[in-house]
Amino acid sequence: MALEKITRIAGRAVHVPGNDIDTDRIIPARYLKCVTFDGLGEFLFHDVRRNADGSEKPHPLNDARHKGATILLSGANFGCGSSREHAPQALQKHGIRAVIAEGFAEIFFGNSTTLGMPCLCASRADIARIAAAVEADPDAEVAIDLASQRVSFAGQSVGASLRESARDALVNGRWDPIGELLEGAGEAATVASRLRYMAV
Amino acid sequence: MPKTLFEKVWDAHAVRSLANGQTQLLVGTHLIHEVTSPQAFGMMRDLGLGVAMPHRTFATVDHIVPTDQVSEPYADPMADAMIKALRRSCAEFGIVFFDRSTGKQGIVHIVGPEQGITQPGTTIACGDSHTSTHGAFGAIAFGIGTTQIRDVLATQTMALGRLKVRRIEVNGRLRPGVYAKDVILHIICTLGVNGGTGYAYEYAGEVFDRFSMEERMTVCNMSIEGGARAGYVNPDETTYAYLKGRPYSPTGAEWDAAVARWREVASDPGCAYDDVVRIDAAAIAPTVTWGINPGQGIPITGNIPDPAKARGADERTSIEEALAYMKLKPGAPIKGTRIDVAFLGSCTNGRLSDFQEVARFIKGRRVAPGVKAIAVPGSQGVGLLCAELGIDKIFRDAGFEWRSAGCSMCLAMNADKLVGDQLCASSSNRNFKGRQGSPTGRTILMSPIMVAAAAVTGSVADAREVFGVSAN
Repeated sequence: MALEKITRIAGRAVHVPGNDIDTDRIIPARYLKCVTFDGLGEFLFHDVRRNADGSEKPHPLNDARHKGATILLSGANFGCGSSREHAPQALQKHGIRAVIAEGFAEIFFGNSTTLGMPCLCASRADIARIAAAVEADPDAEVAIDLASQRVSFAGQSVGASLRESARDALVNGRWDPIGELLEGAGEAATVASRLRYMAV
Repeated sequence: MPKTLFEKVWDAHAVRSLANGQTQLLVGTHLIHEVTSPQAFGMMRDLGLGVAMPHRTFATVDHIVPTDQVSEPYADPMADAMIKALRRSCAEFGIVFFDRSTGKQGIVHIVGPEQGITQPGTTIACGDSHTSTHGAFGAIAFGIGTTQIRDVLATQTMALGRLKVRRIEVNGRLRPGVYAKDVILHIICTLGVNGGTGYAYEYAGEVFDRFSMEERMTVCNMSIEGGARAGYVNPDETTYAYLKGRPYSPTGAEWDAAVARWREVASDPGCAYDDVVRIDAAAIAPTVTWGINPGQGIPITGNIPDPAKARGADERTSIEEALAYMKLKPGAPIKGTRIDVAFLGSCTNGRLSDFQEVARFIKGRRVAPGVKAIAVPGSQGVGLLCAELGIDKIFRDAGFEWRSAGCSMCLAMNADKLVGDQLCASSSNRNFKGRQGSPTGRTILMSPIMVAAAAVTGSVADAREVFGVSAN
């Protein structure tokens, strides 16, 4: 299974400020009622983006200037809470291709990587600089280079890092591990045979 | 060299190193439910893959199952479709399914231990972040996403990076009226909601030595709320006594051999930890949240934080955001805050001892007028035991609605939801914005006994005063 080598992501960015933005906020539980992930993008950040009557609330993702943004900027502990893959799926289906934040919750980070959506950590000051540039010019190109772990925008450049195992998987096109895991099936069976509780 | 339980279990299940440096880890037990697995089965079918070890895969329905309707078709057509999809997949791949008709259905993290499937020294994965619950037995248990569920179904393995281990020791004695729920809320408030990132938590100390399995489960359950992907307690006599005689527990000579293995798997004396935190049990109070994440909590005797007194801009912003959502007044006592709903249940506090303990105190009391109180046993098994002991009747007589098993108002995927900005005193695990089903609904997390105190007084109350608690 040949996967895309994700080395560079460039596009417009949108800043959704705040710390501890949890998975229920990214996609409320009532939108998990589905047997496929199709169409989840519509419900991204639903309750903070829409009123009960469906009309839009002020939110960066509703701002016409940021429509079509592919890079999301946020605060600390992004994606905390549930293991629901619906959260990164909703982001991706909405068109987000990478997230830059001060930090990520563990399960969200892993789920995103497995979908080929890099999550990079940057300092608050640097995120603020990118956000300021985007605010000044929403069409400014923000470019993430996973090789150098740097983000370029409006003639500036800041560092943004991610765990080496995730970076390696993305740039080498092995972010979906299923192929490798299947290759290890024989060895897995051997390990299982040594564990009494796993006996048939 | 002395090793931690985490290291021993990891090493025993490590299959090989992957190209990116992660480990291909064998998953001994895979638990699945109706909400996060249908897409995984879809991916399997698309790729033409089969289930590698159906005999190590167990399914039940909990997230979306209605608790006020027991016969199908369910009123919610999507719930009906999701449950039928799981039933079909289990039949197709030969997976044991604790369906409602078996009498063994319930919240996946309650069913696993109840059936004796959750055992020490094992690795467990489930598409739910509260899988850490199973760590109470000395298992390493991870919440995973749907693509990983596919990986586990297809290969019984997953790709994972090794975690560091933080030992959290709680020594001394808990004060009367202080419960396991207060211990974990206190730990999260102390270490922060992301304090555990990169760690597995090993809970230890005199308090955990004395805790029952159900109390240990309550603490391990909320590890993820502190950012830790897994949490565990070393197995001991309490663990073995709980497991003995359960349907999936070993028997006869196999039992003796298993207990011998389980003794070996506990952390060795003198092993090295990446971090150690010590907490004085006597410093823990009945704890309630006031904000929109589980780390925003205070003792019941405390006042709601005032953003003007915050230690910096960050804290000020987060307090302001939380109080604006919660509609609470800065600086005011949390005690006395009016509630609309009381919810007792969930994988955190939906076990027999939770209902037993509350029943002791609400017998002869009445839920306050205007409060909707619902009690939801975590499994059909818990519901049955409560019925045998007459506990369901005590709850009904007190004015609680007594429901059938499921996740219910913890995440409100079924019909059990807050309405508008109702405030709920809840024994569940998350107080996120909108968590309990209404985009403006408000949640205050607390122990079951505190939920009962709130239910009978109609406001957030100190259960020690309401029930005259002098000893646990």
